[in-house]
Amino acid sequence: MHRTGELYGQFETLEQQKESAALGMWIFLVTEVLFFGGLFLTYTINRHAFGTAFGVGSNTLDIRLGGGNTVVLILSSLTMAMAVWSAQIGKKQLVSIFLIATLALGSVFLGVKVVEYKQKFDHHLIPGYGFDIRYHSELPAPMDNPVEIAAEKEELEKAFAVDPDINAHAQLYFSLYFGMTGLHALHMIVGAGLLIWLIRGSFHGRFTPQYNTPVEIVGLYWHFVDIVWIYLFPLLYLIDRHR
Amino acid sequence: MSDTPTPDHQLPRTHYLNATYGSGTRSWLLTTDHKRIALLYLGSVTVFFFIGGVFATMIRIHLLTPGGALVTPETYNKLFTMHGVAMIFFFLIPSIPAVLGNFLIPLMIGAKDLAFPKINLLSWYIYIVGGCFVLYSFGTGGLDTGWTFYTPLSSVYSNSAVTPAVIGIFINGFSSILTGLNFIVTIHTMRAPGMTWFRLPLFVWAHYATSLVMILGTPVIAITLLLAGLERMFHLGFFNPALGGDPILFQHLFWFYSHPAVYIMVLPAMGVVSEIIPTFARKPIFGYSFIAGSSIAIAVIGFLVWAHHMFVTGESTYAALTFSFLSYLVAIPSAVKVFNWTSTLYKGSISWDPPMIYALGFIGLFVIGGLTGLSLACLGLDIHIHDTYFVVAHFHYIMVGGAVMGFVGALHFWWPKITGRLYPETLSRAAAVTLFVGFNLTFFPQFILGYLGMPRRYHTYPPEFQVLNVLSTAGASILALGYLLPMAYLAWSMRYGRVAGPNPWPATGLEWKTASPPPTENFDVTPEVTWEPYDFQNRPDLGLAAGAPSLAPAHSDD
Repeated sequence: MHRTGELYGQFETLEQQKESAALGMWIFLVTEVLFFGGLFLTYTINRHAFGTAFGVGSNTLDIRLGGGNTVVLILSSLTMAMAVWSAQIGKKQLVSIFLIATLALGSVFLGVKVVEYKQKFDHHLIPGYGFDIRYHSELPAPMDNPVEIAAEKEELEKAFAVDPDINAHAQLYFSLYFGMTGLHALHMIVGAGLLIWLIRGSFHGRFTPQYNTPVEIVGLYWHFVDIVWIYLFPLLYLIDRHR
Repeated sequence: MSDTPTPDHQLPRTHYLNATYGSGTRSWLLTTDHKRIALLYLGSVTVFFFIGGVFATMIRIHLLTPGGALVTPETYNKLFTMHGVAMIFFFLIPSIPAVLGNFLIPLMIGAKDLAFPKINLLSWYIYIVGGCFVLYSFGTGGLDTGWTFYTPLSSVYSNSAVTPAVIGIFINGFSSILTGLNFIVTIHTMRAPGMTWFRLPLFVWAHYATSLVMILGTPVIAITLLLAGLERMFHLGFFNPALGGDPILFQHLFWFYSHPAVYIMVLPAMGVVSEIIPTFARKPIFGYSFIAGSSIAIAVIGFLVWAHHMFVTGESTYAALTFSFLSYLVAIPSAVKVFNWTSTLYKGSISWDPPMIYALGFIGLFVIGGLTGLSLACLGLDIHIHDTYFVVAHFHYIMVGGAVMGFVGALHFWWPKITGRLYPETLSRAAAVTLFVGFNLTFFPQFILGYLGMPRRYHTYPPEFQVLNVLSTAGASILALGYLLPMAYLAWSMRYGRVAGPNPWPATGLEWKTASPPPTENFDVTPEVTWEPYDFQNRPDLGLAAGAPSLAPAHSDD
C-alpha cells in the first residue's frame, strides 16, 4: 500500500489510522494480560499450597533493590507520559528529552535486576540440581552481617519444622521468581528497543500534534509493563516481610 | 454455473495477481496485500496438511492388523503425535481464518486492506519460523508426547525432540494472536460507509468470534508451553511433582486454550456455511441476528468448559458437574445455527452447486460430531468412553467433518473470486460426495470401536476389532482421494478453467461486487452499502430478474 505523508494507504483519514493503532495496542495488551495470567495463576496456586516456602524464598530478596527499582520504574512511567504530552502539544525537543529519560530509567531498572540475579547465582538459589536454600546461611561470605545470617538460619530451621520438603518448594518459588521477573525484563528490553526507535524518530522531528501515534502506543505498552511490575513487587518481595 | 448459458467473461487486465508491482518471487515474499498473503498461507497450510496426511495414512496402514503392520510401537507414538501437531497447530487453526478470512474480510466490509498489512505479513513469517522448528523436531527424532504435551512426560521423561516442537508451537501462537488482533481492529475501524454491524456478512461475525478466542486463548497456551519448555530445559519445576509442581495445573492451562481452539477451527467453518446456504437456496438467511449472536455465545461459553477433558483426573465432583453442565450449554448456540440453516433451506430454490454439497455435508457431520460431544460431556458415560476411539471419532467429526469440510467448501465457493476461474463442475460434485462417503466410512466405525472399548493411542488391538479397523482404513483411502481430487482440479483450473466473471453464483456479498480476481486495492471506488445482507429481492444488480432461477416465496416468518 502506498503512503501519503504519515497516512498509510489502507486508511482514509489520520483519525481512522490513529484509532486503529490504539485499538490494536489495547488488544495486544489484553493478550499480554492473559500471557502473564498463566504465571499469576501458577503463582497463586503454589503460594496457597506452600506458603511457608514462599515466605522463606521471599525473605531472601533484597527489598532495598526491589523497592528502589519500583520507584525507578514509576518515574519512567511519568517521563513516558510527559513524552506523550510533549508530542501532543508539539514540543519536539521535549519529546526527545523525555524519551531519553525514560530509556535511561528503564536501563537502570535492568541493571539493578542484573545485580539481583547475580546475588541469587552466588547463593545457589537457581532452580536445578545445585539448588540449596541453606547454602547462604551455611557458607556466608566474609562481608555478610553475622546477626542477619543467624536470623536467617533460625528462620530456616523453623520453616523446615513446618515443611520438611521446603527445599523443593522454595525452588518452585524461585522458578516463579525467575520466570516472572525474567519475562518482565524481556518486555522491558523490547520496550527499550521501541524507545530507541522513537528517539530516532524524535530527532528527525517526526512527531507533531497531528501525528504522534507511535509515541502514544509505545507509551501504552510501557505503562503496561510498569503495571506488571507493580503487581510483581508485592507478590514476590513483600509476602512475609518481617526482618 | 446455472442452467442458463452465461455470457463469456473476460479476466480483468490488471488484478492483484499480476498488478504493477510485478509477479516475481520478491513481490510475493515482501507483499503486504492481504490477498497475496492469503495465498502464501494457502500454500503453506497445504504443505502441513500433506505432511499430517502422510502420518495419518501410516497410522491407518499400521492398524490394518491387530499386531500392527507397519512400524514399531515407539514410532507409532510418534506418528499420532506428529499427525496431531501438524494438523491442529499448523493446518486447522490457520486454515480458514488465515487463508479465507485474510482474503475475504477486507473485501466483505469494503476496505482496501486489513488495518495492519505489515503485521499481517509478519504473522505469516512467524508461522513459517514456527513451522520450521516443528519440522526440525519431526526430522530429528520426532515427537512422542501426544499433541497434548502432558507433563511430566513432555517436560522430563520423553526422549524425543520435544524442545524444538514446543518452541515452534510457542512461536506459531504469535502468528495466531496477530491475525486475530488484525481482524478485530479491521472489523471495528475499516468498514465501508453503510456497512453497519448488522449488515456484516455472517462470515465476518464468525471471524470476529474466532478472533476473540485467538487473542484470549492463545497467550495462555504460549505461556503454558513456555513453562513446560523451561521445565524441560532449565529444571524450573512448575509441573513436575518431584520439584514441587503440579501436573494437573498443566492440564488446566493447556485445555483453557485447547478446548476453545476447537472453536477457532469450527466457528469460521460455520461462517462459511452461513454464506453458502443462502446463496444456493436463493433466500435471505433465517434469523441473521441469532446466527451472529450464537457465534459470540460459542466463543464466550467455549472458554468455560475446558475441564470436561479432565473428568478422570480426580477433579472435584462439583467442578465436574459444573463443567458438564456448561458443556451442555454450548450445544444451544450450536443448535441455533443448525436450525437456522435448515430453516433457510425450507422452501428455498436450492441448486446443487459443489459448494452447497460441502455445506450440506458440513451440517450432517457437524450434527453427528456435536451430539456425540454431548455423550462425552455426560459424566457417567465419559468414564466409560474416555480415551477411547469414541473420542477420536467425535473430534474428527468436528475438526475434519466440520472444519475441513468447511475449508474445502469455502475454497470451492470463493475459488472464482480468488483465481477468476471456475473448476470442472461434475468432477467437483463427485469429489464432494467422495469426501463425504470416505469420511463417514473412516470415522463412523471408530465410534463403535470406542464404545466397545478400544483405547486411543495404542499401536495394537484385540483381533475381534479387526473388521472395523479395516473398514476405517478402507474409508481413509477413499477420503484421501476426496482430498487429492480437489487439489488436482483446482490447480488445473488456475490455468485452464472457464473465466468466472465477478459474480458467477450469484451471491449477495460485497466481495462479489468487484472484479474476479480483485484489483490490488479491492474496489476501484470505495463502495457504499445500501442493502441488507442476503437480500436477493432488492438487488437487480445480481441479474436474477429475467430468465434466472425464480426467487422462492419468502417464508412468512422472515
